Amino acid sequence: MKLRISHETTYRYDRPIRNLIQSLRLTPSIYEGQKVLQWQIDLPGGLRGPGFRDGAGDWIEGWTLRGPAAEITVRIEGRVDTRDTAGVLRGHREVIHPLAYMRATSVTRADPGLRDLAASVQAGPDLLDLSHGLSRAVNDAIAFRPGVTESHTTAAEALALGEGVCQDHTHALIAVARERGIPARYVSGYLHSTIDGEPHDAAHAWAELHVQGLGWVGFDAANRCCPDERYVRLGSGLNASDAAPIRGVATGSGGEELDVRVQVEEMSQ
Amino acid sequence: MTGGKMGHYNEMFEGESVRDPYARLSQWVGTMPDDFRQMKQAEAEALFRRIGITFAVYGEGGDPDRLIPFDMMPRVFEQAEWRKLERGIKQRARALNAFLRDVYGRGEIIRAGRIPARLVYQNEAYEKAVVGIVPPRGVYSHIIGIDLVRTGKDEFYVLEDNCRTPSGVSYMLENREIMMRMFPQLFRNNRIEPVDQYPALLRRTLESVAPPKCTDRPTCVILTPGHFNSAYYEHSFLANLMGVELVEGQDLFVDGEFVYMRTTTGPRRVDVIYRRIDDPFLDPLCFRSDSMLGVPGLMDVYRSGGVSICSAPGAGVADDKAIYTFVPEMIRFYLGEEPILNNVQTWTLWKDDDYKYVMENLPDLVVKEVHGSGGYGMLVGPKSTKEEIELFRRKIEANPSNYIAQPTLSLSTCPTFVEEGIAPRHVDLRPYCLCGDRIELVPGGLTRVALREGSLVVNSSQGGGVKDTWVLSE
Repeated sequence: MKLRISHETTYRYDRPIRNLIQSLRLTPSIYEGQKVLQWQIDLPGGLRGPGFRDGAGDWIEGWTLRGPAAEITVRIEGRVDTRDTAGVLRGHREVIHPLAYMRATSVTRADPGLRDLAASVQAGPDLLDLSHGLSRAVNDAIAFRPGVTESHTTAAEALALGEGVCQDHTHALIAVARERGIPARYVSGYLHSTIDGEPHDAAHAWAELHVQGLGWVGFDAANRCCPDERYVRLGSGLNASDAAPIRGVATGSGGEELDVRVQVEEMSQ
Repeated sequence: MTGGKMGHYNEMFEGESVRDPYARLSQWVGTMPDDFRQMKQAEAEALFRRIGITFAVYGEGGDPDRLIPFDMMPRVFEQAEWRKLERGIKQRARALNAFLRDVYGRGEIIRAGRIPARLVYQNEAYEKAVVGIVPPRGVYSHIIGIDLVRTGKDEFYVLEDNCRTPSGVSYMLENREIMMRMFPQLFRNNRIEPVDQYPALLRRTLESVAPPKCTDRPTCVILTPGHFNSAYYEHSFLANLMGVELVEGQDLFVDGEFVYMRTTTGPRRVDVIYRRIDDPFLDPLCFRSDSMLGVPGLMDVYRSGGVSICSAPGAGVADDKAIYTFVPEMIRFYLGEEPILNNVQTWTLWKDDDYKYVMENLPDLVVKEVHGSGGYGMLVGPKSTKEEIELFRRKIEANPSNYIAQPTLSLSTCPTFVEEGIAPRHVDLRPYCLCGDRIELVPGGLTRVALREGSLVVNSSQGGGVKDTWVLSE
């Protein structure tokens, strides 16, 4: 599937900022499931800093901007050719050992509720079966509902609430997978449309579980499926903040207002 | 003055006779009137106060204005004794850096089955953000503090390695400075190897690991968390002696591909950062996003070769107490050598057999937290009451994998000035090994002394003091 992506993040500040620095994980991964045809990151007025591929295989790019600036925009334009690998991250170059993804973070720590959920999944010795089971269990336990959780909500809180968005499903799946001894991580990216074909124009997140023999395999607990050709993978981390496409600090600002617009369209031939 | 209790190696006496390295010192002490000694002790304390060296050693916290007791009686090593220690320390430093290079690369030692993967990759100090990044000259830990104890004439044991930012070196320098000021004749009568070249060596070491993108003479800085930190004195002391700037996070900023320091004459590029702040606080864009101590964007510059950070983020994975047990294995694996310095036998409580043995022998053992430091959270079996032991037993039962146990070592003693005169007290030693294009260390290190009679705990928070440490020239 050939996808055209346009992604604009605009920050508007109460008071003009003096300086801005950002670390961007905003370039599609290279693996069998996707090929980057064209990709451009621009931060008008900014200075492109260091760019490098990290141990997880993600392309990281730093940007700095000297103010004063009352508004800044990070603009992505690109085209990606994707194909379905049944969720398997084949041909992805990375050097971090899977066990490094066994550590809990404040948002992915298992509480008794998550431990019960993890234990409730019956499975044979096949880790792939178990992974699918855990993903479905999270989907059953947390209904998709925007607006009830926020960015700092923990997996335990989302489970107790029984509602959340893709970030919450992903954190919960990471927690229960680790509880069953499976290394798991957070993946950020884009999604063309939901399973029933309804348009979906937001950035998306899912989990990857490390399955012996297959390597990293994606599981989208929010949509009860594995990522396929509708998904564009950007990068990974221990949790949403660690895998965030944009991490930044602005100095001299008061409040800020954020406006994000993402469009993922299939290109006409 | 006598040889003291049997069983402990006395570094000054062999029976009733004085060992060679202490011969001259013994004469000096023998002819010293009591009131002169008391006067000198008061003078030493006044000097320390005036210099302001009152911080807690090794980040133990506590009252930052408390003076660490200084004992005027030096500890002495013969040249031959020191040569062996030096070889052992350098060997260990090479192995620890080889280990760090390996576990942030291909992990050969794990693939070879010599160290369990879990202990490395699931270690709190293992930092995945630096996997695959090789720092200049492949050095991760540039200043390694190795804590040693002595149990016999030729028996030394390593208690622990400190690969992050070991502190206390300012005590080594100040102890010497003060001794030379108070007793110049001692230094004329004894041929003592100098230590005051340490700051110059440290600066040279830092400059030797400048990043590839640095083309001029490297600009080095010391990055401190600030004046409220218990080791702030040491940070400013070293910056002064090295002739480099002491900066806080807010004095540095990232622009484009480099890190700059704000100066009165405009921004100046920084090439090497000797940081005295912990990994989680280095960069809010990579680690803890709420950290105000670090420099936003620093890690991206580091990871792309624009600046060097000493020690490298993630270096701590080489020095925790669980990894410690594998250092002899590292020496064999990476260097193909046999360890020169001994490790203390260590039982790891997450192994069933070890757990059983330790729980049955608690009164004879020392039990420590895997990530603990400063002499807190540890049990010294032979020095504890039944109640204390039982209390500790319950802590272990609650979380066995948090503990390791070791036999109680019979630490050597050195003569020490006490209320009643001079008496043997237990000591340890922390030499500071510098790793850059070369591996070097100044002769000696910091000797800590347990001032309480019979005490084996040398931590300043638990009644420990410090001594000048001499290595005699040939």
